[in-house]
Amino acid sequence: MPQSQMQNILSASRTQTGFSNTAGKRKRAIKNFLEAMLYLSPALILFIAFVFIPLIRSFQISAYITDPIGRLAKFVGLLNYQRLFETPNFINSLKKSFIFVLYNVPTTIAISLGLALLGDLRLKGIPFFRMVFSVAIAISGATASLMFKYIYHPTVGINYLLSLVGIPNIPWLVSSNTALISVALTSVWLQIGMNTVIILAAMQTIPEELYESAMIDGANAWNKFVHITLPMLSSTFFFLLVVNTLASFQTFTPIHIMTSGGPLESTNLLVYSIYREFYFNGKFGFAAAQSIMLFFIMLILTIFQFVFLERKVHYE
Amino acid sequence: MKTSSFRKRPLKTIAQYLILIIAALIILYPIWSAFNISMMSDSEMGSYPPLQFPSAIRLDNIRRALTQAPLPRYLLNSIIQSLLVMMGQLITASLAAYAFAFIDFKWRNFFFLLFLSTMMIPWEATIIPNYLFIKKIGWTDTFQGLAVPFMATGFGTFLLRQFFLKIPRDLKDAATIDGCSSFRFLITIVLPLARPALGTLAVYSFLQTYNQYLWPLLVTNNPSMRTVQIGIALLQDEERLMINIIMAGVIFILIPTLTLFVVSNRQLIRGLTAGAVKG
Repeated sequence: MPQSQMQNILSASRTQTGFSNTAGKRKRAIKNFLEAMLYLSPALILFIAFVFIPLIRSFQISAYITDPIGRLAKFVGLLNYQRLFETPNFINSLKKSFIFVLYNVPTTIAISLGLALLGDLRLKGIPFFRMVFSVAIAISGATASLMFKYIYHPTVGINYLLSLVGIPNIPWLVSSNTALISVALTSVWLQIGMNTVIILAAMQTIPEELYESAMIDGANAWNKFVHITLPMLSSTFFFLLVVNTLASFQTFTPIHIMTSGGPLESTNLLVYSIYREFYFNGKFGFAAAQSIMLFFIMLILTIFQFVFLERKVHYE
Repeated sequence: MKTSSFRKRPLKTIAQYLILIIAALIILYPIWSAFNISMMSDSEMGSYPPLQFPSAIRLDNIRRALTQAPLPRYLLNSIIQSLLVMMGQLITASLAAYAFAFIDFKWRNFFFLLFLSTMMIPWEATIIPNYLFIKKIGWTDTFQGLAVPFMATGFGTFLLRQFFLKIPRDLKDAATIDGCSSFRFLITIVLPLARPALGTLAVYSFLQTYNQYLWPLLVTNNPSMRTVQIGIALLQDEERLMINIIMAGVIFILIPTLTLFVVSNRQLIRGLTAGAVKG
């Protein structure tokens, strides 16, 4: 009997500790949760105030017509969106933004790859050249835009130098045919610094043995480039493709400084169009609808790139 | 090895240097031409064919640019804004990353995804409500209006979390047994170990903020609160100003950043790439 009593006591205590264990676990879980929230709260409060609530508010404003200082005046449902596709401005901005990305992104990545290959040469003085290639990191969009604006200037600009080597006058920012390319050139110049640095850093992580064994197999420089360097860099290219596409879509500074969207709306990119609609024209609802479209386009572009291109990427 | 490449294949080496030099000249041309224009006199600006070099080293144009716009004040404003954002991001991101890396809590994955999702929301999609909000609470023309909206960062939190995860968990258990509070553990052990990642985030957030254009354009009207990017761009709106004066202003604000770039090149590049490239 005492034995069974003992067993009873033991089992009772066992279940009891079992009980207190789950209670303790729950207590600890609550304590952990509260502690984590304490650590997360500064960032979380800022995100709620400046990202999540404003995103919802953007959707809300886009369904309204507002007064000129942005107070909601009249609910109009999807009318602003309908107007987007009825007025030529938005379609034009959309088209120009896509063309701008096409001018900008492949050129930036191709030139940066070229510069990175040059910067990877084993020569004396290479650190100096690497520094020159990445100099645009130190230069802001605003200062670069001003410098290029005067490079494109019809009388004091680069046209005279070009004419010395037989290139006829280029109308740069003056003509609607060349303005967007001229702006793209500026932003390519601005971006190759960072892009080159990233590609160069990625090149350093390619194991030397790969090249050595390729050399033993009799591969020449071109073979090594195509079969080792490019595949080993594919994840870097993918990263740069996504980042550069998003950045190009958000271009604003050179447009504001160099062209104000002209001539003939040829450089009126999406973000500039949003800015102009709400800041100058006071059409907050219409501008909000454009910004929501921008949000979805960037989301779709990113998802598209991940779904269709990431598969082809080689990760180590 | 470095000299032997020249001895082995002199033609190839010369060709390589030639390409390097041409590439460098093309890249430097915009800065070079801005320097030249900034030193030209008004009459030299008017000559045709245009002069490629000034006849003398003239710093007078910089003085004229400074009488048009208080560029040092603009520079100071930009530096204050960038430092505020940098400090804010370092604090909020290390706190949040600590929770994600060291605390097991319910809905951790949900909150982590929530933080990551902020990277997918372009700033322009929220700019109109943010602009209206800052105006409503009277933060236009203030440093808090310039800095506070950017003090949290999904990218920075992610970057620091990845780094914190490399720190052994045993270290935390040992510290807890020794009676070290988790906050003290973060301050005295985790943050010193994570210095490279913190450096990357610091450099990145500072440059990002210093380069901002659209937001300061929206929320500053008072000339004394302008940041340097807006201030320099508005120089061209002064109709009497000639291009040489504007370029002198550009050079004036370029010199400090270019100097910093040259002096701290190695650390800067290492800091910037540590986040973008694994390995």
